[in-house]
Amino acid sequence: MIILGISAFYHDSAAALIKDGDILAAAQEERFTRVKHDAGFPREAICFCLGQAGVSIEEVDHIVFFEKPFVKFERLLETYLAFAPRGFKSFKTAMPLWLKEKLFQKSMLTDFLAELEEEKPSKALKKKLKSKLLFAEHHQSHAASAFFPSPYEEAVILTMDGVGEWAAASVGVGKGNDLKIEKEILFPHSLGLLYSAFTYYTGFKVNSGEYKVMGLAPYGEPKYKDAILEHLIDVKEDGSFRLNMEYFDFATGLTMTTSKFDEVFGGPPRTGESQITQREMDLAASVQAVTEEVMDRMVKSLSEDYKGIENLCLAGGVALNCVANGKILKRNYFKNIWVQPAAGDAGGALGAALAAYYIHLNGERKATNQTDAMKGSYLGPVFDDSEIEQRLTAAGAKFKRHANDEDVVELTAKALADEKAIGWFQGRMEFGPRALGGRSIIGDARSPSMQKTLNLKVKYRESFRPFAPSVLRDDVNEWFNLDYDSPYMLLVAPVNDNKCKDMSEEQKALFGIEKLNVPRSDIPAVTHVDYSARVQTVHKQTNPKYHALISKFKDLTGCPVIVNTSFNVRGEPIVCTPEDAFKCFMGTELDMLVVGNCVLYKEEQDQKLAQDYKDAFELD
Amino acid sequence: MEFFKELWMFLKVRKKFWLMPILIIMVLFGGLIVLSKGSAVAPFIYTVF
Repeated sequence: MIILGISAFYHDSAAALIKDGDILAAAQEERFTRVKHDAGFPREAICFCLGQAGVSIEEVDHIVFFEKPFVKFERLLETYLAFAPRGFKSFKTAMPLWLKEKLFQKSMLTDFLAELEEEKPSKALKKKLKSKLLFAEHHQSHAASAFFPSPYEEAVILTMDGVGEWAAASVGVGKGNDLKIEKEILFPHSLGLLYSAFTYYTGFKVNSGEYKVMGLAPYGEPKYKDAILEHLIDVKEDGSFRLNMEYFDFATGLTMTTSKFDEVFGGPPRTGESQITQREMDLAASVQAVTEEVMDRMVKSLSEDYKGIENLCLAGGVALNCVANGKILKRNYFKNIWVQPAAGDAGGALGAALAAYYIHLNGERKATNQTDAMKGSYLGPVFDDSEIEQRLTAAGAKFKRHANDEDVVELTAKALADEKAIGWFQGRMEFGPRALGGRSIIGDARSPSMQKTLNLKVKYRESFRPFAPSVLRDDVNEWFNLDYDSPYMLLVAPVNDNKCKDMSEEQKALFGIEKLNVPRSDIPAVTHVDYSARVQTVHKQTNPKYHALISKFKDLTGCPVIVNTSFNVRGEPIVCTPEDAFKCFMGTELDMLVVGNCVLYKEEQDQKLAQDYKDAFELD
Repeated sequence: MEFFKELWMFLKVRKKFWLMPILIIMVLFGGLIVLSKGSAVAPFIYTVF
């Protein structure tokens, strides 16, 4: 039974392919088209998935879309009606899109899918494909992506995001091959949109800047937390909540917040790329604190409501808030927590396919209770060394192809210890927003200058943003206050006290970002100003070469921690192919590039191939 | 035609027949806008659809 899942036409289009419940392939469209958050039909991602499984679209048994367009349209109409005449401007902007395209998604999907097979598709083919189309619910897709690949036989599932059809949060219970959604919080009451409102207000782009708000939060004090709780959101003891829509514009307007919102927080929103001040840091800290409180109350209440179930699965964009996830884990409301690595809408493609297989078709599911079914989230394209050699040669790269992994691991580990910034391109590309050692930029976590170098010379991104550590699973609790698997970089934990360095009074008095440059631990490049780190545990089973690299680095230096950041520059989708990697390498100040067993050094390259890379992508 | 059949099924399953007249008026009204407008995505800070 082969099932293709698709998420598209909203943001972060993606495709995923499963065979008898086994996840064969999954990828986001943006990686192929090089358009960040590409929302178009995921043609390239689907072709990759089909190619990976060696099947044609006609051989796929079911094609599942991740949400129900009609129900979404119902929500839109009812919302416009409820707020009328306030939403007229939005209505008149939204209607053309719906009446021209979005209402006809079934036909659109059929046409697009048929075009994969035939240039001018026959009616018979379209009819055949249409009969295979299924539509899951948005939060059902998220919940399925959280539960079915998890290691658990039974779990409580919490999904939270901006909005799907109606739901913005849902609670479900998964058992064996079944999953039931039991409670929902409906639009416009959305924790994801509350966070997005502050993302907008603090001058970042909605739907991509949320991560920056989370990174900015530790620089501030949650001074506005009480104001948020008093005016914007009414949070109940069980974590359920309602937003006061007088302060928000997203339901009916073209923006996120209203002038009343500005009054509460003392001024208009920050405009993009202007100076970040203490106020934005405090706002970020405040919305982060509120988010953590809501999630904490919710999870606590769920642990009481579902006594006897000791596992919790999370998905939806809010589940990418790894700071909140880390705190929930620490509270021990549930014995185990598992977060879907592609927790955003891209993961909906996978969830939709899994929901169809297990719920709709009653497919058999065996939970191992030990390992999840995500295969380390390495579900994207892979290139063997011959292909890499061919592609790099065609791109004009000068490189040496090594005969075995050991040599490559050894020389890369040595370069790491020499504080080189390295592009690390190995194996299958990751599915989800994080680079996990497949398409990563890596560096020495002990280096006091690495953070600044990577931010300003390689990633060209805001200097306040911290980097994440990759650490050997066996060593994680020696370096971090965490003894739990975090293979997808979705848990934040404090650096252990014995690795931390106290700041002097003078250093403590430094303003915001200046503080980040003070070495605060033995691994300053991955230690945030609050001594926290977004930990990725590296496991031999899922990424043996990356594990070997960090092990070798540990042999050389005594430190089992390296910096891991995504292989891209600001605004660019993570690299997908060897050519993408080479372009990024040449356009930035990376010192070395390792693609499979091919090793490239910057000084050996033809500098004429360097392009203006910094401005090649729209800033996110 | 198939589209209208599906739309009817949707209203039936969701028990939202009361949406029908609103739907007709809005679709007619929206139709006028369609004739005078291009893409809808650009001006939104965040589209909730």
